Amino acid sequence: MNILVCIKQVPDTKIIKVNPKTNTLDRSSAPAILNPYDAHAVEEAVRLRKVHGGKVTVLSMGPPQAREAIKKCVEIGADEGYLISDRRFAGADTLATSYALFKAIDKMMKEDGVDLVLCGKHAIDGDTGQVGPGIARRMGIPPLTNCIKVEEVDLKGKTMKVRRKIENGYELIQSTLPCLLTVEKEINQVAYSPLPNMLRAARYNPIVWTVDDLDDVDIKQLGLKGSPTIVGKMWPPAKSEGAQMIEGDVKKQATEIVTMLLQKRELFEVKGGEQA
Amino acid sequence: MPEKFDVIVVGAGPAGTSCAYTAAKNGLNVLLIERGEFPGAKNVMGGILYRKQMEEIIPEFWKEAPLERPVVEQRFWFLDKESMVTTSYKGLEWGREPFNNFTVLRAKFDKWFASKAVEQGVTLINETVVTECIVEDGIVVGVRTDRPDGDVYADVVVLADGVNSLLAKSLGFHKEWKPEEVALTVMEVMKLPKKTINERFNVSDDQGVSVEIFGDSTQGALGTAFLYTNKDSINIGVGTTLSSMIKKKMKPYQLLEYVKNHPMIQPYIEGAETLEYLAHLIPEGGYNSIPKLVGDGVIVTGDAAQLVNAIHREGSNMAMYSGKLAAETILKAKELGEFSERVLDSYRTGIYDSFIGKDLKKYKDATHTFEEHPQYFEEYVPLINRAMNTMFTVDGTAKWDKQKKIMQSFTAGRGKLGVAKDLYRAWKVVK
Repeated sequence: MNILVCIKQVPDTKIIKVNPKTNTLDRSSAPAILNPYDAHAVEEAVRLRKVHGGKVTVLSMGPPQAREAIKKCVEIGADEGYLISDRRFAGADTLATSYALFKAIDKMMKEDGVDLVLCGKHAIDGDTGQVGPGIARRMGIPPLTNCIKVEEVDLKGKTMKVRRKIENGYELIQSTLPCLLTVEKEINQVAYSPLPNMLRAARYNPIVWTVDDLDDVDIKQLGLKGSPTIVGKMWPPAKSEGAQMIEGDVKKQATEIVTMLLQKRELFEVKGGEQA
Repeated sequence: MPEKFDVIVVGAGPAGTSCAYTAAKNGLNVLLIERGEFPGAKNVMGGILYRKQMEEIIPEFWKEAPLERPVVEQRFWFLDKESMVTTSYKGLEWGREPFNNFTVLRAKFDKWFASKAVEQGVTLINETVVTECIVEDGIVVGVRTDRPDGDVYADVVVLADGVNSLLAKSLGFHKEWKPEEVALTVMEVMKLPKKTINERFNVSDDQGVSVEIFGDSTQGALGTAFLYTNKDSINIGVGTTLSSMIKKKMKPYQLLEYVKNHPMIQPYIEGAETLEYLAHLIPEGGYNSIPKLVGDGVIVTGDAAQLVNAIHREGSNMAMYSGKLAAETILKAKELGEFSERVLDSYRTGIYDSFIGKDLKKYKDATHTFEEHPQYFEEYVPLINRAMNTMFTVDGTAKWDKQKKIMQSFTAGRGKLGVAKDLYRAWKVVK
């Protein structure tokens, strides 16, 4: 089973600072990490390989330092890693990114073929979740987003069953193979990497491709040129203020909360005659 | 089948990285294991890096390394409650090549240094804890890590695992350090605009100042506080021996707050914002606390070997020297094809014959003496302050009378003989 995992190096948004003048992310204020959802995608690929055999290949687009994120994937257990890195890719939105990744996958498939593509559900720096489905659309394979469990893989019959997280539960879906999954954190726990993986990753050099290594690329669809997205305005979310700490034991706290809510009855009144 | 290297180095601080770099540069296959997220993530020092020993590993490192400022002025403050007596040396030649020492931020510097070792061919793995040395027939043959399939082997294991060195301890090389053998230092990195630092310390962009503060900065306990200028931040910290802290029932963070709010110090950090809070133990046992340094297949370096000169606040330079010497010893052993304690023993003699052994021997009783006789920090620093005050306050008293009064104040508490004894004792331990 040949599995391809698309990953991204992101700034650790838990600690990143926002430049107060330009409202853009100050990337130097936070270390670059492997997007956490992508780590779960790689872990799932490694687990599937354990059962079905085959190969796990990682693909990323980014600056040369994104090699570190690929090495992290090798620690988790990936066999091979490709980085497409070129000035001409820079400034890409989700549309141009999915095009560039698709072109790389297209070239890789000519050699090995791909049975399954995995992505994290979204990158923590953009939160869009569009690149995965964008790749699937271009490849002409079904995208299954927000997966929380792989139920079954039938390589001979070329189908697989997965659980998708939906608003009030989950749905069980069967798809043909190849298909593309984007995964939630619940899908697995990333294992503590064994020492041999750490040693392999420390010495591993990802394969780096430029635009010229890809076939039949329409330059107009790459980078800033190929990106119709316009960022109108950016601002950090307002910090909530006026929080009130309620002290005491649970019973006292609960009583106090109910009393406070009852004093603000207008919150519960149904507006415009609609029935809730 | 677990892998085998020529050398495994445990800990990517100044000692470990110096060793790994030197060994790999000379063709050995080296594994460097760091427990932090990256080298430097967990490493702490006040912030002075000495040029000499670093240069012996990477010549002209200052052209490339992430340094803060070359130190051109060393100030010493003897602090009382609201006064201080100071002395300093400022020399502009320290601001030019080849420099004397630099202020550094360890998280940046150690990361860079380790990356240079990787360029030399060192295999570096992070976020991995070495839990024990693998010992076969009394010979250290490798290490066990906390990772699955975590054993890895080598001809020699170099312990550069820092002050606590649980690994050297578990090999029986030393016992648990006593509270008087270690100092606890707490510090903050405080952000301040470059321009403000330059004005407050009277320097330009590429000049730095180090300030060592004695007396009231530790409320009379054995230790010092310090202020070091980075590019656009200040390192401020205070440390005392653990035993003094216990004796005086001091809490380290309270002591640091006391230092930060001291009227002689506060104006320097006015308006500064705390970026980081760090705390670490420093091995300050000195000469008599140096543990067993070599065994069959194993060498102990840096803080793990108690190689710190507390009087001159030197440590990272000794760590680098010891790491380099360990690598050179292993290279010789490799030629002989033997890694026994007998062959590796040239490392031990090398340490004792170098400036490290000599300096630590010179001050071998200093810390213990000052610890046993707290009057130096508790009484003499305030006395000197009062003497200066008496001498320089113009109040119509004749200078002869002032001198007499000062002499009396010195001998009032301890008697003439007591003072003479104190002077002799102090001279004896630092001579």
